Amino acid sequence: MTEHDENSAGWRSPKRVVGTPSPAESRYTLGQAEPPSPKTPVIEGVEPRDEGKGAERVVALCFLITFLAGIAFIVFYVMFQVGTIEKAQISNLALGGTLALALLALATGVTVWVRAIMPKYHLVQERHPLVSDEATRDEVGSTFLQGAAESGIPKRRLLRRTLLLAVAPLGLLPLVLLKDLGPLPGTVLRHTVWGKKTKEGKERRLIIEGTGNPIRAANFNSPGGILSVVPEGYEHDLNELAKSTLILIKFRPEELKAGTNKNWTVDGIVAYSKICTHVGCPTALYEQTTHHILCPCHQSTFDATDGARVIFGPAARPLPQLPLGLDAEGYLVAKGDFPVPPGPSFWERGDAEAEVRAKGGHA
Amino acid sequence: MSEPKQTVPKPIAGVSGYIDDRIGAGNFLKRNLRKIFPDHWSFLLGEIALYSFIVILLSGTFLTFFFKPSMAHTVYEGSYAPLRGIGMSEAYKSTLEISFDVRGGLLMRQIHHWAALLFVAGMMVHMLRVFFTGAFRKPREINWIIGVLLLTLALAAGLTGYSLPDDLLSGAGLRITEGVLISLPLVGSYATFLLFGGEYPGFDVIPRFYTLHVLLIPGIILALITAHMILMWVQKHTQMPGKGRTEKNVVGAPFYPAFMAKAGAYFLFTFGVLAGLGTFAQINPVWLFGPYNPADISAGSQPDFYMGFLEGSLRLMPAWEINIGSYTLPLSVIIPALVPMGIIMTGLALWPFLEQWVTGDKREHHVCDRPRNAPVRTSVGFAGITFYGVLWLLGSNDELSVAFDVSLFATTWFGRIAVIVGPIIAFLISYRICIGLQRKDADVLGHGVESGVIKRLPHGEFVEIHVPAREDVAAHLRGKKEIPSLEAPVDERGIPAPGVRGLIGKVRLTLNRAFRADDIPLEEGHGHEEEHKAIGAGSGHKADH
Ligand code: HEM
Ligand code: FES
Repeated sequence: MTEHDENSAGWRSPKRVVGTPSPAESRYTLGQAEPPSPKTPVIEGVEPRDEGKGAERVVALCFLITFLAGIAFIVFYVMFQVGTIEKAQISNLALGGTLALALLALATGVTVWVRAIMPKYHLVQERHPLVSDEATRDEVGSTFLQGAAESGIPKRRLLRRTLLLAVAPLGLLPLVLLKDLGPLPGTVLRHTVWGKKTKEGKERRLIIEGTGNPIRAANFNSPGGILSVVPEGYEHDLNELAKSTLILIKFRPEELKAGTNKNWTVDGIVAYSKICTHVGCPTALYEQTTHHILCPCHQSTFDATDGARVIFGPAARPLPQLPLGLDAEGYLVAKGDFPVPPGPSFWERGDAEAEVRAKGGHA
Repeated sequence: MSEPKQTVPKPIAGVSGYIDDRIGAGNFLKRNLRKIFPDHWSFLLGEIALYSFIVILLSGTFLTFFFKPSMAHTVYEGSYAPLRGIGMSEAYKSTLEISFDVRGGLLMRQIHHWAALLFVAGMMVHMLRVFFTGAFRKPREINWIIGVLLLTLALAAGLTGYSLPDDLLSGAGLRITEGVLISLPLVGSYATFLLFGGEYPGFDVIPRFYTLHVLLIPGIILALITAHMILMWVQKHTQMPGKGRTEKNVVGAPFYPAFMAKAGAYFLFTFGVLAGLGTFAQINPVWLFGPYNPADISAGSQPDFYMGFLEGSLRLMPAWEINIGSYTLPLSVIIPALVPMGIIMTGLALWPFLEQWVTGDKREHHVCDRPRNAPVRTSVGFAGITFYGVLWLLGSNDELSVAFDVSLFATTWFGRIAVIVGPIIAFLISYRICIGLQRKDADVLGHGVESGVIKRLPHGEFVEIHVPAREDVAAHLRGKKEIPSLEAPVDERGIPAPGVRGLIGKVRLTLNRAFRADDIPLEEGHGHEEEHKAIGAGSGHKADH
């Protein structure tokens, strides 16, 4: 890469006749001739600005503001403590405001300096073809071949092949090493804790999310109401919540259609998985009048009266229904696991719904 | 190094002499101190991205001093009263502490987040500039590819960063990431279990994302940016067409002192604006969302803008899912997650090579095209922007449906149609506009511009006097280069040139013709003082006469 510095030669030796218009005068106003410049440029492409004290004062003022804002930042850092929302916000305003002011004033100062004090430039520099010349290419080529021949690589087949053989497994090592990042999926994606009895061997109760209370069917009596429900004993287990959380809705019996398994309801109370079958957001919205369950992520819409089948949106499968029952004390419990894996689809899932139906079940 | 009587001040001469003795820096400086940088507002877009990245590094490093990348369970007892006594992860707790208990912590968090947005936005607009001006052409294809990689990495950096605070909003993003990953055929569930260390969400993903976010991804970005800068330096900047500017020169201001000072000022402006945003424009107030819990979601949650197009494509997709034997292919996840991004990123990466193949143009290009002079390229660009834009808009169709009071389903259907029809319309419209602008240029060169002077001819007619365009304007217009043709070489026996033989050759020739169709030639010198009818002056002239 060679570069000439014609420009810096030109920078010292004036070539243009003093008084001719400078090529630097180029403001694009269509069709208007410009008045000849009153300035007398000395160096081609470098046109000094009018020496004015005004610009320098503006720049100096900007720099002073930056100085003061910088000092203020330090003072405010000490002055404004944090520890509550209000204090944090005041400190944020004070520190951020002074920092922004300091930076912007400095930026403005430097810009005015460049635009009003430094010369206006219209320098020309030659480009040179990037490609190297033929001779150089040839020389590099022959050097390469010579070196290769000296190393013996082209001739010695055994050496070449064993080298390739040697590095192949090395390339695989990082991949192998990554295996312990996590366990294999096995079948855990197909089951939830709803299918397991509690430690005491009882059926698992439904717990209202956030309160920790079990649900007495008789007390959940407002039709149209919706509850977010988690499994007893797993109220704070995020892994379990990510696939076992339910929504509980109460209907009048005549509202329920064929898609919902009525044997799995208690007094018109139905439980569906809350985890969207699209990519797993909680389907947290419910429209009482239409009985639509809506996922806020990509607006998949499910009909709660009809087995939560999909009415609209990208979700391809209904929200699985959980078999409900009552325990001896009248609390809602799970009678078993979801008939199909809840949540987003995955490769090994297969058409679990069809399998259940083939066995005479409901899904 | 300077004129005889002037000498460099001692301290500077001392240090530079010391360095020059040891590494010979003088030769480099001699060539480069006065390196010329052309000026155009659109050349600053890339700088915005660069300076945002520097701000990201500074603010991010500050955050690492206080952030705890751990999903271990803890109970909050800190200074934000509404969340006291609530169980959460260490990551979320430390984010709250950064916000409320570290002086300048909230500021740095907000600056970091704003800088991330500006970084991506700056890169996107910079990329559009390079695309529309054809600055990706030989010899700059490598830098273009580096740019595409940088954009992809920036998305990855944003995704991993957004997940770190472990609040309810970031969790929603993480869940969607998991849902997409697990939907991949064959490897999906394995990949998910490896990433999350088991079932979602597990306890590993935040520390792992942290390593990716603060070490691996920024490391690669930094390396690529360095390469990007070195190549730009070696190949020199492109310049807009204009007076005195040719393929063989660069016209502008020298690196030292003007460009250096300007660049410094732009960095300070960028930093200053980001500091202002971090101060006055709240962003990601994680304390309002509460800790992540996979059972909950806050309605109306929106991802950062650069993820919006993925969100939109997920929303648009009809519910397709197919089962092959005992395996499932969730097309309604795979297609929207991979196809639009694939089209955009692969399209970007391949475009320079595609265009070169179609035009057969192997010349070096250092003078930018004006977008109108490459109508097909420009129109493809606008089609791409429309495609992206529709997906992006649909990423907030719930807000749109509220704002315009239309049903959600209507917005989705609108999007499904617009994502296909929109780009076609955009292509046709921008094509017409480009041709129109070319005509106008040809007209200005051919007939000059209206002078505003009205003259009365002897027989009473009024005409407006046209004068030639000013020299620099004309030079700007004359920068137009003809798009090369693959047509010519048919030898005497009627056999076409090797490049356009066979089926692929025919396709190539057809594309080449399409690329050149409607190329309006510039014709000059229809008298330097032409007179035009004052009524409807200039409009009666076709540019192609
Ligand atoms: C390369 C481009 C980068 C992008 C696009 C990016 C983006 C983000 C975003 C969007 C967040 C969420 C911020 C919030 O609202 O809380 C974040 C968090 C974070 N980032 Fe970055 N970041 C980048 C690089 C870095 C680097 C280089 C570091 C460290 C050297 C870093 C350190 C952090 C830390 C510690 C957090 C968590 C702190 C918190 O959320 O309070 N980032 N990042
Ligand atoms: S996650 Fe429910 S619609 Fe996408």
